[in-house]
Amino acid sequence: MKFSLSWLGDHLETEAGVDEIATRLTMLGLEVDSVETRAQGLEDFTVARVIEARKHPNADRLKLCLLETKDGEAEVVCGAPNARAGLKGVFAAPGSFIPGLGAKLKRAKIRGVESAGMLLSELEMGLGEEHGGIVELPADAPIGAPVVDVMGLDDPVFDLEITPNRGDCLGVRGIARDLAAAGLGTLKPLVIEAVPGAYESPIGVHLEFDPADSQACPHFVGRHIRGLVNRESPDWLKDRLLAVGLRPISALVDITNFLTLGYGRPLHAFDADRVAGDLRVRLAKSGERFEALGGRTYELDGEMTVICDDHGADALGGIMGGERTGCTDATTNVFLESAFFDPVRTAATGRKLNLTSDARYRFERGIDPAFQVNGVELATRLVLELCGGEPSALVIAGGAPDSGREIAFAPERVATLGGIDVPVAEAERILTALGFVVGAADGALAVTVPSWRNDIVGEACLVEEVVRVFGYDRVPAVPVRCASALPEPALSPDQARRATARRALAAQGLIEAVTLSFTSSKHAEMFASVPESLRLVNPISAELDVMRPSILPNLIAAFVRNANRGFPDAALFEVGPQYAGARPADQATVAAGIRAGSAHARSWARPPRGVDAFDAKDDALAVFAAVGIATSRVRIEAKAPDYYHPGRSGVLRLEGGEAAPVLATFGEIHPAVLSAMDARGPAAGFEVYLDSLPGSADRAASAPPELSPFQPVARDFAFVVDADVAAAAVLAAVRGAEASLIAEVQLFDVFSGGGLGAGKKSLAVGVVLQPKDRTLTDTEIETVAEKIIARVGKKTGGVLRT
Amino acid sequence: MENLDGLRDEVLASVGAAADLDALEGARISALGRKGRITALMKGLGALAADERRHAGQALNALQAEVVAAIARRKRELGRGELDARLAEERVDVTLPVRPGPSGRIHPISQTVDEVVAIFGEMGFQVAEGPDIEDDWYNFTALNIPPEHPARQEMDTFYLPGAKDGSRLVLRTHTSPVQIRTMQEHAPPLRIIVPGRTYRCDSDATHSPMFHQVEGLLVDESTHFGHLKGCLIEFCRAYFGIEDLPVRFRPSYFPFTEPSAEVDIGCSREAGELKIGRGGDWLEILGCGMVNPKVLENCGVDPARFQGFAFGMGLERIAMLKYGIADLRTFFDSDVRWLKHFGFAALDIPSLVGGLNR
Repeated sequence: MKFSLSWLGDHLETEAGVDEIATRLTMLGLEVDSVETRAQGLEDFTVARVIEARKHPNADRLKLCLLETKDGEAEVVCGAPNARAGLKGVFAAPGSFIPGLGAKLKRAKIRGVESAGMLLSELEMGLGEEHGGIVELPADAPIGAPVVDVMGLDDPVFDLEITPNRGDCLGVRGIARDLAAAGLGTLKPLVIEAVPGAYESPIGVHLEFDPADSQACPHFVGRHIRGLVNRESPDWLKDRLLAVGLRPISALVDITNFLTLGYGRPLHAFDADRVAGDLRVRLAKSGERFEALGGRTYELDGEMTVICDDHGADALGGIMGGERTGCTDATTNVFLESAFFDPVRTAATGRKLNLTSDARYRFERGIDPAFQVNGVELATRLVLELCGGEPSALVIAGGAPDSGREIAFAPERVATLGGIDVPVAEAERILTALGFVVGAADGALAVTVPSWRNDIVGEACLVEEVVRVFGYDRVPAVPVRCASALPEPALSPDQARRATARRALAAQGLIEAVTLSFTSSKHAEMFASVPESLRLVNPISAELDVMRPSILPNLIAAFVRNANRGFPDAALFEVGPQYAGARPADQATVAAGIRAGSAHARSWARPPRGVDAFDAKDDALAVFAAVGIATSRVRIEAKAPDYYHPGRSGVLRLEGGEAAPVLATFGEIHPAVLSAMDARGPAAGFEVYLDSLPGSADRAASAPPELSPFQPVARDFAFVVDADVAAAAVLAAVRGAEASLIAEVQLFDVFSGGGLGAGKKSLAVGVVLQPKDRTLTDTEIETVAEKIIARVGKKTGGVLRT
Repeated sequence: MENLDGLRDEVLASVGAAADLDALEGARISALGRKGRITALMKGLGALAADERRHAGQALNALQAEVVAAIARRKRELGRGELDARLAEERVDVTLPVRPGPSGRIHPISQTVDEVVAIFGEMGFQVAEGPDIEDDWYNFTALNIPPEHPARQEMDTFYLPGAKDGSRLVLRTHTSPVQIRTMQEHAPPLRIIVPGRTYRCDSDATHSPMFHQVEGLLVDESTHFGHLKGCLIEFCRAYFGIEDLPVRFRPSYFPFTEPSAEVDIGCSREAGELKIGRGGDWLEILGCGMVNPKVLENCGVDPARFQGFAFGMGLERIAMLKYGIADLRTFFDSDVRWLKHFGFAALDIPSLVGGLNR
């Protein structure tokens, strides 16, 4: 919402300066985006007259213009189509800064002819986007005068960000009212005198709605004015509009814009001679066509409100007039329309047609429903003043919708909700200044809401009005107190566990990434089938068209991006959501990671090594360890999902039957998946399903160690087993041989080939025996060793290597 | 016995001159061995008169003790020399780089969430969560944003195919629906904060289709706008670590709060450089207000009895301001150079006890 200081002055009597007004507006909730004095940077430009314009000798599109300037004659090259003898334009001398070009003007030869300056367009002056030609100043502008004076550019222009609830401040008068309530001046009275009609309007108005839809347009006020001349608007009106970036068109059009911006009251002016029969307001017929001002045609549906005559739709209610019945310079009879259109329907219509306008912007935020008649009266006066003519009596259909809500207001709510004691008299003053009517009713105040404040619906709204105008900055800050000095933990056990997993993975040397919750369906399908419910209706791009079923594709894509930048070694993880469906329960929190390239940086101290499945397994188990899940409770199976290498991957399950939940997967990523994602492998990944991990209540409380005073004994064994026997089976067999004595089992070598024969491997296991009540004798040690060998033989077929 | 001084000098000289442990052992044997010179004198004591014997015996004992001490001393000297020689051979180039170890990082968003939780946790807020995929009742209607409301249209919502019951599914455009879910499940008093992912269908230099917000909600019987100010002023000052940070509350509008405010913090913008603190300029960082009675009603909370405040802020925005990150999109690009630079060490866990600002 833009307005100039002088326009504000039409409504507000104030001594306040520009800065004070701007600060106050912001603190009233009418946020000031910018205050620009349009003159800034344009002070050096002066009025010049084109004496003669002739063709440039070396260029068809350029002209040589001989100018009369404040310093005598000057010849400039000009490419504008409207450059012609007699035109008065904006002259920039060489050396001056041209805002729209962002550069200083040099004296230069253009196609072989020297140009001693430039005639400027609005674009070059930085005033607008129009680049149809150079600025044309009034014929009576004195040569050499500063153009900022001639163009009225020294009037400061405020640009406000009006929140959607304040439709009333989409007119200058509403803004002035807020400022006056805040003590920054006096709101000038709005005097509206009914203009007597000289005749009955030849155009009637009919509201033709089913009762169910009557709210679409409950009230229509019109007036016929005949015998007028639609001439150019006077300077004061043109200046008002130009200052806010609107192009003056003709008096009739300018008057409707002036009412829209000045009072937030959009109007439409029909050329009465082009209207056939009466005007009928109704819902459009599905498929009905409407040619809007500017010539674009829209296809309407049965939910949209149109104003039509015998030939069809003439206007889209609350949004835009029609091309067929619009005013032109030749218009001599006009029919003014000032109606109330339903905000919701107007918004929906505009959105469906993708049609924006100043009128729609106001209607959908809610205009003053009691201002239809006033709007027509104000416009009538201006038409008569600027264009002459004779007015008809008002044509009124329907009635203004109810707007006089009354709200019971306990003034102490300002303190108990707003946090500040505002004297009741001051609260009443503020409300009254804003247009509320304050009366008494059983201890509380009975406050009647002004018709233009559709946003005020309850007591809390009134508290806001009082505190807002009184000043948010005057509300004392009060600390929030806890019931006790020590707060409860902020994180639930599950949340704390996620935080722990994150820190544990960073401690593993992985770098945390945060990738988008979307991925491309092409990548996603390699990891899981994506249900229809997770395909975005309006994705930002085809690369981000589904909710991710796994974090891994995004981490692999991140690894590829880094590799393409010259960093092929990846060690990335993410703790975040993945989606199996659209229900809340389908969202799971997963810690996933990817490692690729070398397992560690190149170093003199360590031979290089590529990443493998055991790096990923280590990462997954690090999460388990960090959140307190003993590895003894976990079973490892070589049955990972398809996107892993079938021979180098596994899943971690809780000990238990087939139904025990999968807690994690890990392994090298399948080479086909990597190549489909343009990733150069090998790469190893893992996924830990944090939500599936057993809760703290299930967590096995491990017994404290017995601090035995007796020496532990270490023995090594090497077992030869079939190559497909799992190491875990051998280790479990060892551990179970004499559980009360065996404190530690380590697998320290794996060997195959040599003399073992095909299909065999040797596993070397170190066992630590910890006696608790005495030192072990050699015989006792031998007995345990034999038990171990026997059990491994029985459980795995392994024999001691000899 | 008159020659003891000469003997003493000779023996001590030979001990002192011993170049290695073998020579020292030779010197010891020649003085104190079975046939050593001092041993021989000791053996001769028996032939002396009692008076003389006592006198000579004392002198010899003293000499013997002195020589033993000298040998021990020399032995230590020689031993140290040999160790020194070995250590000199064992010298390494200590300027060699160390073995590469883990150097993981925590993403700045996670760190920022931890910081925010640390601060609000001290004020008794607990972390609540909700799903990223919401239906439009939770995301809009319950928050007093009716279907054709301009505020709903301005949100650039991502849509998913409709649910079976006809309600539209959306990616939550803000963390506010968790207010609703929490109030439906738990009766006041309530103090929650909700950090989480949020989505808007918009992507350019200053917008990402996904970003993070943290929502706050406090509902009880007496909390008013002054408490909201107190809570957020303390938060801003603690988070940025600036004790006198100016904080300004400016009237604004959100459908789910009444009264509503936007919060600005003080800053300066000199020579194009933004600096948080006193400086005469303002920077908007969050939106807040008193919970709209209609929202309470929608959750089954009696607005005649309960009231409270809510706030919401962009986590990337406050992280960018605190850590000097220039471009929003870099948060989600996973560029390892960026992550290493702006990321945090695994053990750098924010707490108010340890201080939030390094």
